[in-house]
Amino acid sequence: MDLILVNLIDGLVTGLLLFMLSAGLTLIFSMMGVLNFAHASFYMLGAYFGYQISIALGFWMGLLVAPLIVGVMGAAVERYGLRRVHQYGHVPELIFTFGLALLIEELVQFIWGKNQMPYDVPDILNFTAFAISGNSIPAYKIFMIFISVGIFIGLLYILTKTRVGMIIQAALSYPRTVEALGHNVPLIFMGVFGVGTALAGVAGVIAGPVLGTFPGMAFVLGSIVFVTIVIGGLGSLWGALVASLLIGWITTFAKSYNIEMENILNAIGIATPENMDENLFRDFWSLTSPQIADILPYILMVLILIFRPAGLFGKRTQ
Amino acid sequence: MKNITKLGAVSALSLIIGASAAFAENIKIAFIDPLSGPFASTGTNGLHQFEFAADYMINQNGGVLGGTEFEVVGFDNKISPKESLIQLQVAIDQGIRYIVQGNSSGVANALTEAVDKHNRRNPDSRVLFLNYAAVDPALTNDKCNFWHFRFDAHADMKMDAVTDSIAADTDIKNVYLIGQDYSFGKAVAAAANKYIGEKRPDITIVGDELHPIGKVKDFTPYSRKIVNAETDAVITGNWGADMLGLGKSIIENGYTGPIYTYYAAGSGITAAFGEAGKGSIRLVGEGQVNPPPSDEASAYYTAFKAKYPDGNVDQTRISNTIGMLAQAIEEAGTADDVVAVANALSGMEYDTIWGGKVMMRPQDHQAIQDLHIFEHTNEGIDFPYDNSEYGVRVIKTIPMASADIETTCKMKAPS
Amino acid sequence: MSDTDPRTDLPEGARPKEQLKTDPTKPAQRMGAGTMTITLLPWIIASIAMMVLPMIFTNNSALTIMNQMSITIIFALAYNMLLGQGGMLSFGHAVYAGVGGFFCMHLMNMSDFFAMLPLPVLPLFGGLFGMGLALIVGAFSTRSAGTVFAMISLGVGELIAASSVIVVAFFGGEEGISGDRTYAQPFFGVEFLQQQEVYYLTAAWVIISAALMYAWSRTPVGRMANAVRDNPERAEFLGYSARWVRYYSFVASGFFAGVSGGLFAINYEILTEENLNAASSGIILLVTFLGGVGFFFGPIIGAVVFTLVQTVLSLETELWAFYAGSLFVATVMFFPGGLAGLIMMHVPAFKLGKAKLLVMPYLKTLLPAALGILGLCALVEMTFHYRHGATGDNEMTLFWTTFDSHTLLPWIIAGAVALIGIAIARKTAPDLKDAWNEANTAGGGS
Repeated sequence: MDLILVNLIDGLVTGLLLFMLSAGLTLIFSMMGVLNFAHASFYMLGAYFGYQISIALGFWMGLLVAPLIVGVMGAAVERYGLRRVHQYGHVPELIFTFGLALLIEELVQFIWGKNQMPYDVPDILNFTAFAISGNSIPAYKIFMIFISVGIFIGLLYILTKTRVGMIIQAALSYPRTVEALGHNVPLIFMGVFGVGTALAGVAGVIAGPVLGTFPGMAFVLGSIVFVTIVIGGLGSLWGALVASLLIGWITTFAKSYNIEMENILNAIGIATPENMDENLFRDFWSLTSPQIADILPYILMVLILIFRPAGLFGKRTQ
Repeated sequence: MKNITKLGAVSALSLIIGASAAFAENIKIAFIDPLSGPFASTGTNGLHQFEFAADYMINQNGGVLGGTEFEVVGFDNKISPKESLIQLQVAIDQGIRYIVQGNSSGVANALTEAVDKHNRRNPDSRVLFLNYAAVDPALTNDKCNFWHFRFDAHADMKMDAVTDSIAADTDIKNVYLIGQDYSFGKAVAAAANKYIGEKRPDITIVGDELHPIGKVKDFTPYSRKIVNAETDAVITGNWGADMLGLGKSIIENGYTGPIYTYYAAGSGITAAFGEAGKGSIRLVGEGQVNPPPSDEASAYYTAFKAKYPDGNVDQTRISNTIGMLAQAIEEAGTADDVVAVANALSGMEYDTIWGGKVMMRPQDHQAIQDLHIFEHTNEGIDFPYDNSEYGVRVIKTIPMASADIETTCKMKAPS
Repeated sequence: MSDTDPRTDLPEGARPKEQLKTDPTKPAQRMGAGTMTITLLPWIIASIAMMVLPMIFTNNSALTIMNQMSITIIFALAYNMLLGQGGMLSFGHAVYAGVGGFFCMHLMNMSDFFAMLPLPVLPLFGGLFGMGLALIVGAFSTRSAGTVFAMISLGVGELIAASSVIVVAFFGGEEGISGDRTYAQPFFGVEFLQQQEVYYLTAAWVIISAALMYAWSRTPVGRMANAVRDNPERAEFLGYSARWVRYYSFVASGFFAGVSGGLFAINYEILTEENLNAASSGIILLVTFLGGVGFFFGPIIGAVVFTLVQTVLSLETELWAFYAGSLFVATVMFFPGGLAGLIMMHVPAFKLGKAKLLVMPYLKTLLPAALGILGLCALVEMTFHYRHGATGDNEMTLFWTTFDSHTLLPWIIAGAVALIGIAIARKTAPDLKDAWNEANTAGGGS
């Protein structure tokens, strides 16, 4: 029982981190209609800026300032880059973000070098909050949970309860009509893009100490974020949350319990072949759940795309 | 349009290749490893160590064969086997006869086969492959060939040393194995199982896990399992971000025992572990840096740091490679006839400044040398890594480790 | 009667359609179908050129690089069957080339069977296996187009790439699968020991594959692929099922991708996980786009240029990826038709016979612009060297001159060149614009 609780908490942390990244991405998708490949790169920039600021002014200033810088950069990218490319269609937009991701990675290597940065958890949070039957839960993880939940509530509130949020929601679905009503839709788009990337930046500042700050961090996280928003449904914030949590829990539980493929196959009646070394499927037989834990989201995504292409909560309108 | 574009493009190519044609004076050594991309830091650091070794040890002491200097030329393979094969061709076309490589056993496997085929098909432009860091045991066993020499202890030899250290510690009853899911990680696990079973059958292997390489973002579930199994010692072959992530996660979740690793130092990892790793992280490797084994070693390190303040001498075998190559060329009397050089290398004994001797076994071209167990600490460190106060210090030495280890190599000498 | 535009608005309550579309009415979107019918002459010239090239560039590395270009050309053309002609964006296309290649490597290792097979036939098997995988995956992935298709391709690609390290029996784990091509049945006495022989084999396959793919694009299914790309609903009114047209395109593309995988197997004699991974899929997308998706020969140009950048430029500088990324971003922002689009933009001027009006303005604008860009590159290189070079290692070599990057003079020179070059280009740009308009206007009037 205790182990389940521990895994729930761990999965929650992973899922919420993924949520912060995918929330921004799914909002941007519902606005642009195109997936932003550079999103994980803004996450990386957030981590690096957070690190740099934390050297001079401390972790908390980094947490405050770095996302702002990243958000401004994101808005600038939208204004001067994407808006120009938008007229050419979807594929060029995608390629633009692709090239941008490459450029940002190179830029980061140029400025900070290629090594891991010693970006650490702030000392105030560097202790064990509590332990569940011997498994210690670091306080930093609790902090991560609170920040993520706080951001989600904040986002939800702004989008559904304030006037600005209403306008944004409307602009995301029917931009021309909203424009006809007199609102500055391009400014809204720029703002949404900026906020989305700022969210990614926050995720970077928080995750940097835990997951490592190095130039490859965008690439590592990149594809799983897309998987998340596809499973959740492109454009849906609730979908992003549910999908992130789902993926966080599935991967954590799969890693925690060593479920072996051999046992499953035996249970459904297929006997283990005698000579394993020569068997063509030997790798398949020796599979254990931790080995495939990180691939499970992809399998889930393909299944969802076949049977429910809009995703779990998908509602994208053009 | 197609043809004009092609012609133009390929003429540009030939100009560039022509422009970098070989100068007959220097003995060139091609360094084929990643100089861009995610593994660039290890590759670039390795290149610096090679360039420094060639300069400091050889060129500043009059070169070889009465004055010919070594020149190390870097080729970026972007950690890709295909790119490595292309760069190998480029190097051969530039007249280079000595290839060094070490990052990634996958690339090493591709290169050793390519070199073997090339030498067979083109006997007048043969090259030697000096492997300085790829530790897949197969390279000096099933996949051995006459042209390949390995200057690092391979994975099984290192595990032999690690298990010696574990076997000597009677407090250890439970051992947990965890590694990256590919050939190297599997080889480490297999060797660990074998050696622990032989040396301390009373030890229980409480976990034997593989995780997808480069994909795991959060190692917490693995750490929990390790802690829950009441592990006394962890063994892992992880490197790079996987090593850092795993190590930090284990320590954070309350594990206090030793973590035996192959690659938990240098490239920013030492600085990133810092205080947290003290007392836990151990490494197996060759080459003693702290405490300095000789005045020459200290002088070497100091001179290296003067030239590359951001670099680390974390691959002391690189200076051994250069030194042994120079000695072989002197002995053979030529740098052009690689068969003669290879015969000189085979069976050579070399005194290394890092303590002890290096002996190149003739039957499989595997170097035998002292292996050490290091610990990550900030006490007694004269030469730290990553400009931090932490470094690695020897806690145990196994002289001429695994000198008699078996090999399945049946290499054919060239005709 | 509804006056909704079926391409952009939706009637109430309709299920949203997702489609990657190009709007032919917008002049900026030069991703239209290759409407130009190419005559036989370019094919003949290309074949002769390919036969002659190895006599000019004789070193093995040049041959290997040209082989790499050829392999990429076939792969890029196959990819363009989906992207440019079918409007289907696939993020995991490298797996078809990779799987085809792996099957070929296994064939190479089946010594009895392989000894009976002449080597030139091997890529055919690669194509068949690539096609086999495409038959399976396409069955569910081509049901929808647009984003759903793209994401399925991403998922499948990542799955296969990830399992490649786990399923060691087929994919060989980290070392991959290697073999020896010289044990095939000698083909008219040739055992393919020498790189030049491999070159001719690859060149023959390139010409044949390109011809076949071009022929495909002229068949009804190829033409319908264009129609389905532009407006699937309307295409269905013609009686063709959009879904099946996409499926056939996908399968054919998988075949040629497999052919490129087989040629890779022959050329390098080893296949590893990198042939399947997301990076390879991403690269082929960039290559095809760089060349220009709207024209048949676009991917060919893209493949050549990118191979040069990746292999040759990387010999000169560590920052080649930075330049590649900048090139892509610049392409997307300023000439989304790709390099082929750029070239074809000049066709009206040629046809009007007024192309020579452009020569002087081009020289006056592009030459200073090129110098300006080179100056900028020099600044970038020097900054990088200054920041990351070793202490005491002050010398660097750029454009065949060696200088000390820590002194002020090189910086001033580079900065001056950059500024002056760009300033001149900006000044002469309006003249170029006028000349362009003049060259594109028929007759004497405007």
